[in-house]
Amino acid sequence: MAFEGLADRLQNTIQRIKGKGKVTEQDVKEMTREVRLALLEADVNFKVVKDFVARVKERAIGQEVMESLTPGQQVIKVVKEELTALMGGEQSKIAVADRPPTIIMMVGLQGAGKTTTTGKLANLLRKKYNRNPMLVAADVYRPAAINQLETLGKQLSMPVFSLGTDRDPVDIANQAIEKAKADHNDYVIIDTAGRLHVDGDLMQELKQIKTDVAPDEIFLVVDAMTGQDAVNVAESFNEQLELTGVILTKLDGDTRGGAALSIKAVTEKPIKFAGMGEKLDELEVFHPERMASRILGMGDVLSLIEKAQDNIDEKRAKELEEKMRSASFTFDDFLEQMSQVRNMGPLEDLLGMLPGANKMKGLKNVQFDEKQISHVEAIIQSMTKKERQDPSVMNASRKKRIAKGSGRTVSEVNRLLKQFDEMKKMMKQMTNMQKGKKGKKGKGFNFPFM
Amino acid sequence: MSFFKKLKEKFTGNDEKEEVSDKYKEGLAKTRGSFSGKINDLIARYRKVDEDFFEDLEEILISADVGMATVMDLIDELKMEVKRQNIKDSEQVREVISEKLVEIYYGDETAQEVEQLNLKDGELSVVLFVGVNGVGKTTTIGKLAHKLTQEGKKVVLAAGDTFRAGAIEQLEIWGERVGVEVIKHSAGSDPAAVIYDGVQAAKSRQADVLLCDTAGRLQNKVNLMNELSKVKRVIEREIPGAPHEVLLVLDATTGQNAMSQAKTFQEATDVTGIVLTKLDGTAKGGIVLAIRNELHIPVKFVGLGEKMTDLQSFDAQAFVYGLFSDMLEEVNE
Repeated sequence: MAFEGLADRLQNTIQRIKGKGKVTEQDVKEMTREVRLALLEADVNFKVVKDFVARVKERAIGQEVMESLTPGQQVIKVVKEELTALMGGEQSKIAVADRPPTIIMMVGLQGAGKTTTTGKLANLLRKKYNRNPMLVAADVYRPAAINQLETLGKQLSMPVFSLGTDRDPVDIANQAIEKAKADHNDYVIIDTAGRLHVDGDLMQELKQIKTDVAPDEIFLVVDAMTGQDAVNVAESFNEQLELTGVILTKLDGDTRGGAALSIKAVTEKPIKFAGMGEKLDELEVFHPERMASRILGMGDVLSLIEKAQDNIDEKRAKELEEKMRSASFTFDDFLEQMSQVRNMGPLEDLLGMLPGANKMKGLKNVQFDEKQISHVEAIIQSMTKKERQDPSVMNASRKKRIAKGSGRTVSEVNRLLKQFDEMKKMMKQMTNMQKGKKGKKGKGFNFPFM
Repeated sequence: MSFFKKLKEKFTGNDEKEEVSDKYKEGLAKTRGSFSGKINDLIARYRKVDEDFFEDLEEILISADVGMATVMDLIDELKMEVKRQNIKDSEQVREVISEKLVEIYYGDETAQEVEQLNLKDGELSVVLFVGVNGVGKTTTIGKLAHKLTQEGKKVVLAAGDTFRAGAIEQLEIWGERVGVEVIKHSAGSDPAAVIYDGVQAAKSRQADVLLCDTAGRLQNKVNLMNELSKVKRVIEREIPGAPHEVLLVLDATTGQNAMSQAKTFQEATDVTGIVLTKLDGTAKGGIVLAIRNELHIPVKFVGLGEKMTDLQSFDAQAFVYGLFSDMLEEVNE
């Protein structure tokens, strides 16, 4: 019921309008109502939704629709453009100070994930930008917060500056900067204690740190699951500290993350990174444009390919991309790719990025775990060459043999065969989309589901 | 007698109750300020009860994270009530709104017992804490350990969050503060094994209550949810009838995803109650309405601040009183 994704919801409406030759004012009204509901259910702030819907309505009912040959497309175009505008344009980069160290301050409510994100951000700075960061434990309030950051520092083999819990966080920050200069760390990330935006004393402490160390970046760390209040939190932190950016955490959950839209709309500060998992390498650069596409169910092929490039060399990435798009692959390719894909992160994430994957029956609720993947490998390895090349030869006795060989059950073998089939279908769809794009070049806008 | 007067009577002239309601009033100052303030605003703006009025009311409720389904139900019921009583003046609708809110809140279960913690007298009771990352599980355990110790119970804690850096140390610090024993393994070990040891230790020390911490996990991570079910099975196997409570800790600032959390954790661990944390910071609380209304899981505790003593047993009436006390005072004048 209520947990339909924004993409599903919009696509349902689109499906209805799609069949029509002409979009009436009533259709637009119906559609914008769906948009409104979907956005509200996705925790987008109601004021933001109101403005958004008004803009869409105005543009959609106007001339654009009347002139269009395919009105459904036009409405979607308007929604997508407005959504992208709302999410912000291009992705933004992280600051580099003229004279090192570059100082980053992490602020936010309790439990948003500041400490974990501090570790992840440091890891990203080293891995992607070849930097040498130092972490600063300025959360003297929460029990074991310093310990947590020190543990992360150990895992990353990175220096953590701390003076225990008896010192003033402002002192800690000041001394940390001196230490970083002496040790030639080019980035300093200050982890501050979680606090309520309405807590005057604690907000004053942050202002003092800001005045003293003059940070190049102040990142507000926000839980992607935050509800309507996200707006007030972001507004208040922004007013008091002049944020430079936002990091969205726990985006790997099943939240629809409407908070992202709201925060962007009220603070006009870019969302720079997104936390996508519990491991230290699961912080990603946030792509507003792609996020808007993803909300509309158009998938995120770009992210997928970038992920592949991070983990396998470019040549192999290209091969992979080619193979995924050609849809002509066999169980052998599947096996080979599985090990590559496994390096790219959880499969559910990857599937989520594929266009239309959330609409595909049988794929929608597919859940993967690592153990299951080993089982899949065992099953494929128990197939003969012929079976791997052409699964259509499969019969009951073959399945039984495969099950025996892999130590799995026949129903598991069946399930894999079915999933493989679905996967091929999905790839076919991607290929079609590619062709469609090429074919209609010059006409501009085109959607995979239309 | 009017609804407000009834509520008011319940909480005045009784010292103990007044104390409870004062705590709520204090903790909910922000929630109340914005919520009833908005409703008062609305009533001042509209003289007549019409479609626009209801549309604005809908927005107020949505902005409190009540959730679309509940809001729509509520608005429908209000419209019917307004029609039935033939209310035209917006002033009159104020009470109907509050009455309906409370009705949704209570649902069919008016019994106070659902809000009590189910603890056995004279034998070991086990409470398992579950929830997503960063909601305040460990802190809540610390606070509850303090509360139970104050009540004269012998409490043991089990450090089942072996995943997050610093989680075991965090619980240990709480153990020291409160003066209770913490059973732990090293970081990265099997949580089910820690909980097993916790149960054995609590038994042999003849403790009254064992509070089990677990690592935060997002509800869509299937293997992590399976791990949680396993932890629960270990407890079930060691003590028949245990765990006596499975408490889902929810962050009050969470939006509609709280419902998905409640549903999925309920499937994995048969959640018996909810602890709503960080309610002091949010202008909301509406999610409580939605959860009571849709999932019938009672809220058992509310986190109203950062101090050790800031965990309150949930008292729906006191909560509502806190939420509406501005209006109540106006009625009194």
